[in-house]
Order: sequence, then structure tokens, then C-alpha cells
Amino acid sequence: MTTPIESRGYARGEALVSTDWAATHLQDPSVRIIESNEDMLLYPTGHIPGAVQVDWTADLNDQVRRDYLSREAFEALASRIGITPETTVVFYGDKNNWWACYAFWVFQLFGHTQARVMDGGRLKWDQEGRPTTREVPKYAATTYRARERQDGPHRAFRNEVLAHVRAKGQLVDVRSPEEYSGARMHMPDYPNEGALRGGHIPGARSIPWARAINADDGTFKTADELREIYLQEHALKPTEPTIAYCRIGERSSHTWFVLRYLLGFSNVRNYDGSWTEWGNLVGAPIEK
Amino acid sequence: MLPSALRDVLDTFALVSDPVDRANLLIDFANRFRPVPPEIATPPYPADHLVPYCESEAYVWLVPQADGTANLHFAVENPSGISAKALASILASTLSGLTPEEIEQVSPDIVEQIFRQNISMGKGMGLMAMVQAVQALARAARQR
Repeated sequence: MTTPIESRGYARGEALVSTDWAATHLQDPSVRIIESNEDMLLYPTGHIPGAVQVDWTADLNDQVRRDYLSREAFEALASRIGITPETTVVFYGDKNNWWACYAFWVFQLFGHTQARVMDGGRLKWDQEGRPTTREVPKYAATTYRARERQDGPHRAFRNEVLAHVRAKGQLVDVRSPEEYSGARMHMPDYPNEGALRGGHIPGARSIPWARAINADDGTFKTADELREIYLQEHALKPTEPTIAYCRIGERSSHTWFVLRYLLGFSNVRNYDGSWTEWGNLVGAPIEK
Repeated sequence: MLPSALRDVLDTFALVSDPVDRANLLIDFANRFRPVPPEIATPPYPADHLVPYCESEAYVWLVPQADGTANLHFAVENPSGISAKALASILASTLSGLTPEEIEQVSPDIVEQIFRQNISMGKGMGLMAMVQAVQALARAARQR
């Protein structure tokens, strides 16, 4: 039995909702439930009734450059899924909510702070035998005026990471130990999305992202358990600027969520260029 | 030249342009997926049948038959790996019963033709690796 979210001691626990909460808000017009997965074919096989799909490749990334969608594209996306800046968006998805956290993170670049993650994601919803449907809901298009994308507070770029390394700032490598050591160039069993060099950014602590999760139901560990991992075991300080990275930025957006919302780190950014940029950068320092 | 049963499937996909219809077609194939029967292999599956680069932990077997043809079998261990199951289902149903020479004619290009916009960045590599694994097994069977 998972501890209720409100008794887990999170710094900003309001960013997390339970499956119970989601189930009681399926008809709530001020709430939009959004599914994000690695495989875009998973949503159409069955999803939470009323949930829309936001896909990381088709919806959240620029279709030409390696970058996120523009303000105009975000407004069009928001309109398509029928949300306004006041709508509470609740993200959930496959595998410990990794892509759900990524989508949540991209929404923060546009300042959509009425955002939540559904604890346990698809796994817990299914385990509890809750209803799913293949019916894709239709919502009336909205007009959403977004601000320009503000990368600064949540996103780190390579030159900032380099300066951070030189200043001996806190870095968290959330990939597998094999990727961190450079023994393996990609996630175990995952496609090698191209890096010419293996290893990690100098000074980075190795804290694989899924350590924050209870494997049996995909829920987040309690604040005490998380502090044990990030603060005691790895001596991270919540007041120090922190940058997390992985291979393409999805696993590190999960850790970004944990550090910022569950543990209350005051300044944490996701380096989405991650290893597929760093491991290809000419002259970038690497530790093995 | 691609085997005709596979060409028929590709022709079907070529006729369906709506992304939702294409997704449903792919899901129908995924639903028809049947994992490798226990008389061929049981979990945990041996690593030498694992498809490299496939995120869905796909395994493949090519089993030669007495009449000179071969049957293909797959296992997909990631329950969320709908794309991998769809491709495995297509490959197994259209290539089983052919000779290794015929099976080897399959090409990784079919991944783009089948999935088109229903694919995420980086996913194509794993799916193409499934096709390449089939080709490699067929080549090995032919040379045996």
C-alpha cells in the first residue's frame, strides 16, 4: 500500500496527484488529463477516459531544429487539446512517467504552472483495474495566449554546463551506471542515439533516474527516502544550483521533477542536450 | 524483390493516409502478435536471440523446416512496446513459410513505409534492427 501523497513530506507535493484524484476529476472541465509515452501507439490501444495524447516527437519538439516547439506551436497544441492557461493539466504515461515528466517540463518552459503528474502513471492505473477507453475525446478548440518560451529557469545549455563544471557546480548524471562509466554508449537495450565518446561530465554524480521510484507500482518514493538517496548518499545541497542530464533529456526531466518539486531544490535545470550533445562536442571535458 | 505477402501489407499501408487509421492498423497487427511458442523457447530468453538496439526487448528465432522453408518467431518483453509487437506480427505472418533466400529479401526500408508518422525519434533504429536481425538469421540459415 502506497503512502498517501500528502503524508510523504514533499516540498511541493501539489505537483503530484493520485490515481484516486484523477479518477474523480475525469469530468472536471477545469482539468485536462494528458498521456505522454515513449511509443505513440500505446495511447490509442487504450487510455484514461477523456485523456488526450501529447507526443514528445510530434508535438513537443521542433520538427526541423533540435529544439522545443515555438510559442506559436505551443499555442496551437494548447488549442488542440482544449486548454487555457487556467486549466490544470495532469500528465501520466508509461514507465514511471518518464515522458510524462518530460512533457510537464516542456509545459513549464511556457509557464503553464497549473500542472501535475499522476503518481504511478499508466502502470498504477492499470493495476487498480480502472477504466480505459480507445475513444479519442474531442474538445472545443481554445484560444491560448502563451508567453514566449523562457528556457532560462528550467533548461541548461552546453556553455552553461561548461561554466557549471568549471565552477564545480552540482551535476547529476541520471543514466545507467554503464553509460556513466563509458562502458556502454546508450541505455541498456535502447537505441544508441549517437554519441562518439562515452563517459560522463566531470564532477557529475551517478544517480540513475528510476531510483526515485517504487518499482512495484511506479509511484515516487517518500521525501525521506529521496533525501536518503540525493542528500545523504550523494551529498547534494538543495540550495545549490543543480543540473541534471541523461542521453536526450527525458530521464533527466524526471529527476528534475524529483529535485524541484518533491525535494524543493531552489535552482535545478535539465540539460536536454545531454550526452548526445556532450559526447559529440569537440574538446568538451569528459571523465571516465 | 520483397516477398509478395509482405508487399501486400505494404500496399495496404500505402493506401491508408490518415494517421489515426494507420495507428489502428498497426494496433490490429500488434493485437495479433503471438509470442514464440514454448516448444521453441521459454523465458528467460537467451541473449543471442535478442535484437540489438530495440528498446522493447525483442527476441527473434528463425526455425528451418524439413521442406526447406523457415518460420519466424518473436518475443517482445516490454508490454508497452506496441510498435515492436506490430512489426513482429507483420514479419512473422508474411515471411514464415518462405525459404531463407526469400526471407533475406526483406529490407529495413519497410519500417519507414509501415510506420511513417507513427514513430518517435530514435525508435526507427530499434525497429530496423529487428528487420536486420531477420535478414542476418536468414543469411546464416542459407549458408548452413
